[in-house]
Amino acid sequence: MERRKITIDGNEAAAHVAYRVSEVIAIYPITPSSTMGELSDTWSAKLIKNIWGTVPSVTEMQSEGGAAGAVHGALQTGALTTTFTASQGLFLMIPNMYKIAGELTPAVFHVSARSIACAALSIFGDHSDVMATRQTGFGLIASNSVQEAMDTAAIAHRATLESRIPFVHFFDGFRTSAEVMKMEELTDDDIRAMIDNEKVKEFKDRALNPEHPVLRGTAQNPDVYFQGRETVNKYYDACPEIVQSAMDKFAKITGRQYHLFDYYGAPDATRIVVVMGSGAEAGMETVDYLTQKLGEKVGILKVRLYRPFSVKHLLAAFPKTTEKISVLDRTKEPGALGEPLYLDVVAAISEEMSSDKPPFAKMPKIVGGRYGLSSKEFTPAMMKAVFDNLKNAEPKNHFTVGINDDVTHTSLDYDKNFMIEGEDVHRCLFYGLGSDGTVGANKNSIKIIGEETENYAQGYFVYDSKKSGTTTISHLRFGKKPIHSTYLIQSAKFVGCHTFGLLEKSDVLSNIDNGGTFLLNSPYSNNETWDKLPARVQQQIIDKKLNFYVIDGYTVANKTGMGSRVNTIMQTCFFAISGILPKEEAIEQIKKSIKKTYGAKGEEIVKKNFEAVDQTLENLFKIEVPAKATSTIQIPPIVSAKAPDYVRNVLGKMMEARGDEVKVSEMPVDGTFPTGTTQWEKRNIALEVPEWDSEWCIQCGKCAMVCPHAAIRIKVYDKKLVDKKPATFKWMEAKGKEFPEGYAYTIQVAAEDCTGCELCVEVCPAKNKKDTKFKALNMIPQIPIRELERANFDFFLDIPELDRRLINTSVIKAQQLQQPLFEFSGACSGCGETPYLKLLSQLFGDRAVCANATGCSSIYGGNLPTTPWAQNKEGRGPAWSNSLFEDNAEFGMGMRLSIDKQNGFAKELLFKLSGEIGKDLVDALLNADQKDEAGIYDQRERVAQLKKKLQGINSVDAKKLLEVADILVKKSVWIIGGDGWAYDIGYGGLDHVLASGKNVNVLVLDTEVYSNTGGQMSKSTGMGAVAKFAAAGKPNAKKDLALMAMGYGNVYVAKVAMGSNDAQTLRAFLEAEAYDGPSIIIAYSHCIAHGINMSKGMECQKLAVDSGYWTMFRYNPENLKEGKNPLKLDSKAPKIKLEDYIYNETRYKMLTKSHPKEAAVLLNLAQEEVAKKWKFYEQMAEMHYTNGEEKKEEAAN
Amino acid sequence: MDLSTTYMGLKLKNPIIHSASPLSQSIDNVKAMEDAGAAAVVVYSLFEEQITHESGELDHYLTNGTESYQEAVTYFPEQDKFYLAPHKYIDHIANLKKAVDIPVIGSLNGVSKGGWIKYAQSIEQAGADGIELNVYYVPTNSNMTSAEVENMYIDVLKEVKKNVKIPVAIKLSPFFTSTSNMAKKLDDAGADALVLFNRFYQPDFDLEKLEVVPNLMLSTNWEMRLPLRWTAILYGHVKASLAATSGIHTHQDIIKVIMAGSDVAMIASEFLLKGIGRTRELIEGIKRWMEENEYPSIQMMKGSMSQKSVAEPAAFERANYMKMLQSFKTQA
Repeated sequence: MERRKITIDGNEAAAHVAYRVSEVIAIYPITPSSTMGELSDTWSAKLIKNIWGTVPSVTEMQSEGGAAGAVHGALQTGALTTTFTASQGLFLMIPNMYKIAGELTPAVFHVSARSIACAALSIFGDHSDVMATRQTGFGLIASNSVQEAMDTAAIAHRATLESRIPFVHFFDGFRTSAEVMKMEELTDDDIRAMIDNEKVKEFKDRALNPEHPVLRGTAQNPDVYFQGRETVNKYYDACPEIVQSAMDKFAKITGRQYHLFDYYGAPDATRIVVVMGSGAEAGMETVDYLTQKLGEKVGILKVRLYRPFSVKHLLAAFPKTTEKISVLDRTKEPGALGEPLYLDVVAAISEEMSSDKPPFAKMPKIVGGRYGLSSKEFTPAMMKAVFDNLKNAEPKNHFTVGINDDVTHTSLDYDKNFMIEGEDVHRCLFYGLGSDGTVGANKNSIKIIGEETENYAQGYFVYDSKKSGTTTISHLRFGKKPIHSTYLIQSAKFVGCHTFGLLEKSDVLSNIDNGGTFLLNSPYSNNETWDKLPARVQQQIIDKKLNFYVIDGYTVANKTGMGSRVNTIMQTCFFAISGILPKEEAIEQIKKSIKKTYGAKGEEIVKKNFEAVDQTLENLFKIEVPAKATSTIQIPPIVSAKAPDYVRNVLGKMMEARGDEVKVSEMPVDGTFPTGTTQWEKRNIALEVPEWDSEWCIQCGKCAMVCPHAAIRIKVYDKKLVDKKPATFKWMEAKGKEFPEGYAYTIQVAAEDCTGCELCVEVCPAKNKKDTKFKALNMIPQIPIRELERANFDFFLDIPELDRRLINTSVIKAQQLQQPLFEFSGACSGCGETPYLKLLSQLFGDRAVCANATGCSSIYGGNLPTTPWAQNKEGRGPAWSNSLFEDNAEFGMGMRLSIDKQNGFAKELLFKLSGEIGKDLVDALLNADQKDEAGIYDQRERVAQLKKKLQGINSVDAKKLLEVADILVKKSVWIIGGDGWAYDIGYGGLDHVLASGKNVNVLVLDTEVYSNTGGQMSKSTGMGAVAKFAAAGKPNAKKDLALMAMGYGNVYVAKVAMGSNDAQTLRAFLEAEAYDGPSIIIAYSHCIAHGINMSKGMECQKLAVDSGYWTMFRYNPENLKEGKNPLKLDSKAPKIKLEDYIYNETRYKMLTKSHPKEAAVLLNLAQEEVAKKWKFYEQMAEMHYTNGEEKKEEAAN
Repeated sequence: MDLSTTYMGLKLKNPIIHSASPLSQSIDNVKAMEDAGAAAVVVYSLFEEQITHESGELDHYLTNGTESYQEAVTYFPEQDKFYLAPHKYIDHIANLKKAVDIPVIGSLNGVSKGGWIKYAQSIEQAGADGIELNVYYVPTNSNMTSAEVENMYIDVLKEVKKNVKIPVAIKLSPFFTSTSNMAKKLDDAGADALVLFNRFYQPDFDLEKLEVVPNLMLSTNWEMRLPLRWTAILYGHVKASLAATSGIHTHQDIIKVIMAGSDVAMIASEFLLKGIGRTRELIEGIKRWMEENEYPSIQMMKGSMSQKSVAEPAAFERANYMKMLQSFKTQA
């Protein structure tokens, strides 16, 4: 059977094989490997069979640790089993990997290799995770490209069965896992031919089976454990030859021959670079150039089988002429003599050089270096620098390449202008917004080029670090020869800019070739566009003699009902201009791909896209470029000149997409960054922002409360300040007893920070009585008011905050005057989580320490360049940290233990020093009531006084007390995370922390799905909701975490939904903090992963409560002291049907269209569950907590 | 006693048709209608908006926020196929045809001449015995002339007629300047039946929120006066069958509209209020009344009180209005 040429990414390539040779697949989502599990789940749902004709069972577990356990169990009982993971996930599998390898169990784990969290988390690619598994006994086998990811997967699965050594098959996260590449697909017959069924039988024969029982997993003692460990040696000794024979077998089937170590380069090379992973592809390109164009004697040695490490095969692969070797490691082992691959090569060559038959005439010079951590670009220029380093008599050892290490001077210099991509490769760059569909269209384009033409094709997609208003850059290459360029495009023949506004934000033409083609989507007509371009862009077009094309894609999109999706339109322009295919054929292919992409969603959407294609070309114009630039439009600075130095000089580079230029000396040594930095990143992403109409405002504060981005704020202030206000700054009399008399009241919008989500407008209860379509807040275009509102917001910020002691925090109207210390995050526009965090920051931010689980909140909270966690004028604010995903409750508890201990120590010292300090002050400090703002204020004053006194006391104890004096002011510990953490991976720890009785506050931002990794089911997902791993609707009910927490009796538990009852939310936060013990608030957080109109997010919350699905309550153990029921229901009995809530959301509604029968069944079950739960809680809330005698009396009465 | 009647060429065992309502969403309900004696059923409506928007809406929400962040390139699992409203509707018609023997009439609700009309053909292919076209249109554009509004009805009807062979009824608004003329035009355009009339759900205001709110009210008995009058006026002047609908709740109401000239009475509110079993009571009521009043067949009473048959044709016109006002004054 002829093999298909397909265009897919590395994850799909590996999963294609893994799925077909597995019976059980146990997984847990983690970037960048999630796609492999998701595809397996999708294929399983479509009943696609493995090579033995049965559909593999795919199961999502609660963590990677759980997945590894399930894999181990499945293997032990005889099912061929696989899993997919990366980074921290692979770490969690390590204990089981020792077991699986120790028991000589055939298995392959497919890993999209990723950085590990050290001073910072990174989702991007390197080999740090894989290198941490070296000692587990797993074989480690690498793929360098998308084709290899499929090929090596097949080789690994064959080899593991024969060798009994389990394997990690890895390839570079993102660079290979997410790179879309044309490749040859293995057929089921190919894969079948690779698997030896005899070996499968042997594996199954060894399985645990009560029909012929054995025991495996004993505890051994000093007498035999050691010997037992040595039994496996012969298997490891035999393994390399087995892998090579699998590679040979593979070559016979497909014609593609691999070796354990593949040499590429001059046969008589003297300088060799040893490299593993995708860097080898760029290495091959560089070697071609250096050998063919410059006549250099160089070559690279690609490591495929890294464990078991075969010295024999390694040495056989080196040319005999080798004189100098540079070993590149894509990992970092601080404190080691060198990185692992380097050490292995040194040891291997040294061992053999001291043997009877030395492989080389003279011991080669061997150096090692690090490259490409966290997907740092690895280009031919860098590879050349590595080769050039070897030209030196004393090449630099333990070097780095690709960065500027100005501290320990490890880095090699490289020539950034050294580019070797030939004329025969078409290179195209596309700048777009996440929301305009650019990436999707480019994925389709690359498939068309790859699958419908003779061309080889490659696509790679880069996103910025924000979740709203994201800029995307698509890198497309195609040409007649296979593409090995595993790095971003540095010189493009074609640049498409799909959003006009990006011209001001990115230097889109910096990489375009002279004489190249520039396609711009412009909101202006072809005649107007030139004059609207910034001066820099005009000049670049002239200087580079570009062919300049313009289309008003928005008009075409609007006319054809496509909204803001200009993807199809821009794709059509690209094909029309580039001429890759004849026009008619291109249009036919685009339409074919539209049908494939949208067909499942109905004919109408296909039709709209077809219309867009048909109307595109008549709106595409080539612009006659004037000889001179005439524009006066200057590109505004990305960072304000008022920003602190570090923000301007370092974070600013990252904001300008020049982060690669940041030097080692500019990075903190321990991952510590200043807070309050989002204020300097004016993103201007909203097309429309709210405008305050004070005439109708009732000063309720709801707008500020729901704003996810703290972009709408309220101040009450001395009216005198109004005199100095900018002309358009608005104010009104502050109304109500909550505010000081005679004060002014202003609601101010941060127009440049607002994302335009409209939640504030939706929640505003005040209608314009003369024209009811308007409210006290109305959306208006941002651009015309940008400058004025910038000045207004600056003025607003300068107005002093109202003294916190004067604010009644129990009423939203007043409480919202508290300064938010969580502002302008990069969360999705209209995010349902961030309003809760902002509330937390307002109430307790000046004394809060936050432990934040990995997930959305750690990304919008801590993804560089900036952080939304901010500081007040006194410099106080939340101190925030992210440890891991799974350990967050424990991390937070550690903070509490630490604070309590230090507080205790401070108190001990106060006692000791009472005489010197003065009894009155000590008593006041020790007995301070810090329940409210006034109490905390007073304690801060006392601590200041104490510090002053301590300065004058010359004793060790006084110095010690000075160190910890601040801890005498109450600290509020918040443990924050999503449902993936609280319900699944972190539940064990959370449970323990709740049981501990310690005074911590847990905030669960419950989106009912793994939002950050792309919508995988969690145990919080509602019954009948569609999520990844629940394509046919989640069959069981949401876990009742609140009930489990209440089971302890001494935990404060609240379930809140701000959109339904904001006052209840506020009460819950205040009570949780006031409760001297563990508290947990489970907060309904609407989410973009729900498939909802985000501006109606608060309405969704209300419906969830009205339907009885989300019961709001507060369980306060304090009530028990008064003999009262601790549970107070804040919800009323369900008043709408469940379907009236859930079918407003795509996550539920889509099931009625994809699996109507299942949807009907699940709806009934879910409705029953709602009724059951409500009855249960109602009864709980009605229970009497009085003692037995009283009950008797009641009975007698 | 012969209760049979003919409606747009369909031979019916009696004049009671269940008009479009949520009741027909369930096959069991339609079976119950048949068991209770209903002569035919008009299935709930497939809306133009469902056809044109559903697909786009689904695409929007499935792709919203995707391709925006490296870790979450998508948010939902890929699905091979979605079972959208038109397919669901057509399958439902086909299943109903398998489940019951009474005629099944599909209902299409829309206003434009757009692509949705082709679903008439699909409804026909699914086995429907007829199509009821519901042109629910509230002309709010002050630049639109009454002729343009009328032509819209005619165009939609012609377009549907062109695509199908099964009979097509059109449900009209009572708000035409010249209802008779409009009826004639539709008759000329090939309507097999005129359904009188569409009930326009009138929105209400929420004074708390200052919002316009939809307010679905079931019909009340007095509303049948409007179809009663116009059936009586149109009877004998158009070739198309006539169906009265709105406010028909009792067997007397049914007898009245038939006497006015209707071939059938279409009922929904009464069944939503009192259950499908009420059909049986209505039939019994008609039979009883016919027995008591010695009417051997429905055919005999059809049109017997129409404008052209009554002793006082003016009762349907302005003269009657004057008379009513006079009598009111006299009482006062």
